[in-house]
Amino acid sequence: MTLVALFFYLFAAIMVASALMVISSRNPVHSVLFLILAFLNGAGLFMLAGAEFLALILVVVYVGAVLVLFLFVVMMLDVDFVAMRQGVMQYLPVGAAIGLVLLVELILVLGAYTLSPEIASQGVLPIPDPAAVTNTEALGNVLYTKYAFYFQICGLILLVAMIGAIVLTLRHTTRAKRQDVGAQVRRRPEDAVEVREVASGRGLQL
Amino acid sequence: MIGLSHYLTVAAILFVLGVFGIFLNRKNVIVILMSIELILLAVNINFIAFSAALNDLVGQVFALFVLTVAAAEAAIGLAILVAFFRNRGSIAVEDIDTLKG
Repeated sequence: MTLVALFFYLFAAIMVASALMVISSRNPVHSVLFLILAFLNGAGLFMLAGAEFLALILVVVYVGAVLVLFLFVVMMLDVDFVAMRQGVMQYLPVGAAIGLVLLVELILVLGAYTLSPEIASQGVLPIPDPAAVTNTEALGNVLYTKYAFYFQICGLILLVAMIGAIVLTLRHTTRAKRQDVGAQVRRRPEDAVEVREVASGRGLQL
Repeated sequence: MIGLSHYLTVAAILFVLGVFGIFLNRKNVIVILMSIELILLAVNINFIAFSAALNDLVGQVFALFVLTVAAAEAAIGLAILVAFFRNRGSIAVEDIDTLKG
């Protein structure tokens, strides 16, 4: 019990601190690395809440793919990031004021809400006993049956995103020599080969 | 188990940090995209916390869908960023004014 609480506060503190570093760091590479730290600690929080599958998906898919993609783009773009920090002080008061108002509102909501007592018994899909059915199995049981349509839509979204990203970044170079299979197949010996009679000792004028 | 309000407080702080990051880095599109990732992480923490508190698996299923959409959003956003950088040689937000909106 206390160990769980200890780890919760550890993960939460590191996550909030690294999120602060993400938005305040001067170097975007550091920002991405702190974002990776924040997501790893968020995965720890997921794990503490009993969502093991999502925690590991967060590490594998998010940290492993999306944030590395961020790192890739940051390192690929040759941008003067120091000049971009100009004017931060100008936006700081407005941003801080809006953030503070938002935080106070959210905390007020947290202090005032109460869960209706009957809502706990009205769960749509009760989580099965973790000792009998693992989290991954429980998620898979509903994801491929009850939510199969939404799952397909997710796949479609990823497909569209993939094609969109390729179309946006693909560059056609006109100078590169490419194989044209159609032209190769259409080519006939009579177009390409010419038989000439060559007189002896005269050679051939091409 | 940790109380629901603890999770919600952490998620609220993370959400506010994400919104604050958008205001703080108004010139840098990459950091804005990273702030959006932080906001989506905060939303996911809320989903997971309510899923655990209400003993309902739907929260985890929905968090999975949020994760998918966030990944697609990041990929498309970064692709647009790369294409824009090739055309303009800059990723400053104030240079993105071609549409005169």
